[in-house]
Amino acid sequence: MATLIDLIRAGHEVERHRPWPRAVVDAKVWRSAAGALADGGLSLLGLWGEPSCVHMAVLDNRTSAIGVLSLDCPDRQFPSVAAHHPPALRLERTIHDLFGLVPMGTPDPRPWLDHGRWQMRFPLGERPDASTDAAPYRFLPAEGDGLHQIAVGPVHAGIIEPGHFRFTANGETVVRLEQRLGYTHKGVEGLMAGSTVEQAARLAGRISGDSTVAYALAFAQAVEAAQRIAVPPRALLLRALMAELERLANHLGDIGAICNDASFALMQAHCAVLRESVLRAADAAFGHRLMRDLVVPGGLARDIAGDGSSAIRAALDQIRRHFPALIELYDNTASLQDRTVTTGVVTPALARQFAAGGYVGRASGRNHDARRLPGYLPYDGLRFEVPVLSDGDVNARVWIRIREVEQSLGLTDQILAGLEAGPVRVSLQAGTESCEGMALVEGFRGDILAWLRLNGDRIERCHLRDPSWFQWPLLEAAIEANIVADFPLCNKSFNCSYSGQDL
Amino acid sequence: MRKLLFQSLFRQPLTEQAPRPDDAALAELAAMVGHTARRRLGRSLSIREVDAGSCNGCELEIHALSNAYYDVERFGIRFVASPRHADVLLVTGPVTKNMREALERTYRATPDPKWVVAAGDCAKDGGCFAGSYAVVGGVSAVVPVDLHIPGCPPSPMAILRGLLALLETVDTGAR
Repeated sequence: MATLIDLIRAGHEVERHRPWPRAVVDAKVWRSAAGALADGGLSLLGLWGEPSCVHMAVLDNRTSAIGVLSLDCPDRQFPSVAAHHPPALRLERTIHDLFGLVPMGTPDPRPWLDHGRWQMRFPLGERPDASTDAAPYRFLPAEGDGLHQIAVGPVHAGIIEPGHFRFTANGETVVRLEQRLGYTHKGVEGLMAGSTVEQAARLAGRISGDSTVAYALAFAQAVEAAQRIAVPPRALLLRALMAELERLANHLGDIGAICNDASFALMQAHCAVLRESVLRAADAAFGHRLMRDLVVPGGLARDIAGDGSSAIRAALDQIRRHFPALIELYDNTASLQDRTVTTGVVTPALARQFAAGGYVGRASGRNHDARRLPGYLPYDGLRFEVPVLSDGDVNARVWIRIREVEQSLGLTDQILAGLEAGPVRVSLQAGTESCEGMALVEGFRGDILAWLRLNGDRIERCHLRDPSWFQWPLLEAAIEANIVADFPLCNKSFNCSYSGQDL
Repeated sequence: MRKLLFQSLFRQPLTEQAPRPDDAALAELAAMVGHTARRRLGRSLSIREVDAGSCNGCELEIHALSNAYYDVERFGIRFVASPRHADVLLVTGPVTKNMREALERTYRATPDPKWVVAAGDCAKDGGCFAGSYAVVGGVSAVVPVDLHIPGCPPSPMAILRGLLALLETVDTGAR
């Protein structure tokens, strides 16, 4: 079985790609990488395009090495990875939609983000095409007696993002769910190409609003890796502080919202209060409730407010006082457990195959956290545990969040205790040669991959991969044989990003 | 659970428990929104939220309106599941080309009289996404907008204030 190092050595390694190697390989090596993904030796971290080449970021599961394999596509085609490894499918369909590069041998040539409404095809490719492909979208079939379809979306009943779900059901039981996403596609990668680092950082913070800190951090780390810039220790700690506050706020909101979708509004009411306390503390400390535009390449846009630490401590105290009673409430309410236990199961094998990050992966036995692997500063100096369960049901995804709330509380304490005076920003290098950087950052939802190529102070190309790419497909699997009424519950327990995957 | 519910019975409501300057403003605002909404719409205002392509940031803050600190339902303002039940469409995001038709259809499905509130900087003119091949622009490029609430995202207080401004416009028949 080929290891990542073998695959990299079989190609031509690119200079100034940091911190992990990137190699331009031929189609044969590309195919053997696809084979290694299929047999589980490698995990797929990302798959993205450029006008005339494709890139694949992978993690070697045995050696924990990370690297990027690139394939030039002079004939505007590349061997399909999805033909061997299904998790690549939506990413490949996206590459075709945006760049017009054809995945040869793909099991599914339908468009993904392109709904035929852009007045052009292949908007980021070498040859944008003014025609549009207005062929009707064909959903996958389900055949059998007594089946009916339920079409939901893109505008949903709740206050959530738009997407379309096509259920095929037999009475109450879901036989097949197919998602159709792409409604919030804003063309972020197109806007980033040619923009300044500053403009691109603002865009990165607006890819998925609930993960604005994590995205800004991933982008900043990729820029800093490319330019080999060391960020001051105080900025590193404050970045981690913001990331943990973001994780706390989102997990608290999710725990309440999941219970609310099981018609248990009491948890929602209490969790929403705790979430609000975190957001108010963030506002007091950093001047923005979601902490947007604060993490920038080189450090932070500004330091924490003078009384910020005490505001955060007060919020943490409130959570520590009230959260244990809520955990007990969750654990001891039989009607609620009846809804969450054994509902929407993701098997460990699927979580592993899709390299699902975050609570979706960790509730199904995949012990992966980007703060640990590859790991980044300042987490090497902080104590925390990564909770892992193997049941893979809604209940397990709730419990992972509960445990992570507890871990984030501990992390926040350590960070506040370790803060020392110092600068929070260093300047970027001006007018440097072309260089490439990459980062993997743990958002509340899972690992976010950022990859970019810098040319002076301009972004030549930037790709940001949301954790949801490898979680959305698992929701289709999790809902099978569950009842339609449990879909909102399953969906909320995943809480995948629409905007993050639509990009 | 009984213990939690029991405690809630005797605890002061959260809005009054934390005496901060903006809580005073919130209380004043709350009274005004309630009064104006009642006069015009008979104790209730139904809002249908439509994400026309946002990053989800605005949705988070619109959600927050329902928590115990802001408790928007005490004014008779509530979020409904269908545009057919709505008085107001609260639209977020730059309108993406892929969402344009869905927004138009939602607007047409909303009975008259209706008002459209665009929330967030993107909803004004597309924000930092303006000019993209995949973005139409602000909400007003697709449906008529009565009010715009700025912010990235607007805070729950700003959204409440915006709804008040809308109600006053409606009340004086400015539209």
